Amino acid sequence: MGHNMSWQASTSQTVGPFFHLGLAWLFVDDLAGPEVSGQRVEIAGKLLDADGVGVPDGLLEIWQANSHGKYAHPEDAQDKSTEPSFRGYGRVATAEDGAFRFKTVKPGRVPGPDGKLQAAHIVVSVFARGLLRRLVTRIYFPDDPANAEDYALGLVDSARRHTLIAQKSAERASLLEWSIRLQGANETVFFDIGV
Amino acid sequence: MADLPGYRRPAPGTQPPHLHPPYVSSVKRAPSQPLIHLPHTLSEVTGPVFDASVVDVKACDLTRQHSGEPLGERIVVSGRVLDEDGRPVPHTLVEVWQANAAGRYRHKADQHDAPLDPNFTGCGHTLSDAAGHYRFVTIRPGAYPWKNHYNAWRPAHIHVSVFGPAFATRLVTQMYFPGDPLLPLDPIFNCTADEQARNRLISLFDLATTVPEQALGYRFDIILSGRLATPWEK
Repeated sequence: MGHNMSWQASTSQTVGPFFHLGLAWLFVDDLAGPEVSGQRVEIAGKLLDADGVGVPDGLLEIWQANSHGKYAHPEDAQDKSTEPSFRGYGRVATAEDGAFRFKTVKPGRVPGPDGKLQAAHIVVSVFARGLLRRLVTRIYFPDDPANAEDYALGLVDSARRHTLIAQKSAERASLLEWSIRLQGANETVFFDIGV
Repeated sequence: MADLPGYRRPAPGTQPPHLHPPYVSSVKRAPSQPLIHLPHTLSEVTGPVFDASVVDVKACDLTRQHSGEPLGERIVVSGRVLDEDGRPVPHTLVEVWQANAAGRYRHKADQHDAPLDPNFTGCGHTLSDAAGHYRFVTIRPGAYPWKNHYNAWRPAHIHVSVFGPAFATRLVTQMYFPGDPLLPLDPIFNCTADEQARNRLISLFDLATTVPEQALGYRFDIILSGRLATPWEK
């Protein structure tokens, strides 16, 4: 069957500086209510530009499995339970200084393409004025032995892997720190997943 | 568990580069390192699902959110959400936001010296139906100046955000209007090398969806990445 070239994916355009207007109604910075099972974590950091200056008009979207390693999606056919009140979706905007934070539960492990389990991770889309396309990255968890064998981390130069792994905070055990450096020193690893 | 098929990658030139110096804001925000090609895993072929319980059914009419009628030219923006095989993408969330008829956003960061309209907020959302159709009633947004370069003006546009079936299909774009003289001058519209891909962001005037005595119709189809036939990516 011929591929109709007029049906190529639409071209991405920037969210611009005024996205709050259209997207704030679905902001979610606390993904897991009290009834959701799993280890509570809060992830906080900054979205930073090439000069290390906070990006005040950035937006993060979060997608993750529940603590059993099950996505709330019809194509996740694993024999694991979903939780009715856990969608696995988050959306947070950055503050004037580029800061963002959200609360969730640590996701369980999900299968990878090599037949092995991936290490626990959260997938993240980054949108901002200046980004003509979203950037896609991942958050992994500190001191997780599974990171050493993770499929996606294995694709990344070992010197840059640390940009994908959240750090424990001295403040309290449930707080993890993870910042996004869009360009320059310690630039965050971004993945090409298509559009 | 068997691997699931991933989604197609864009044809060369049909998506913008991350760095596009004429768009000045991209210069310090675009990554300098090459992106790491990631074959799609379960994490990318799944994605957030929103059903009717999330949606305000009145949010598809941006002209009925206040006590009075907004100023400006009432329009109907409708179309289909499709994949690259032309198949409908049903029941997916479409969000829009825009400036008012005077070219001013209801946003604290917009300092353009043009009036706000007390009867227009400029945001809406809806779910596509079973055949991928969506429809908004709104007013035609105005062009507005921005500080990208001397005498820079954004062509009239509506921001459009669509989730689709997977994290991999997420798309945020802008819909433009036919015949806008600002289009050839706009660094954001022109960031995409492929002219045909660019031009598909321009809506079509459509008499068939024009409501007599009420509102001009514009059609805008939104195409999301198509599914690969097998789990093994080329």
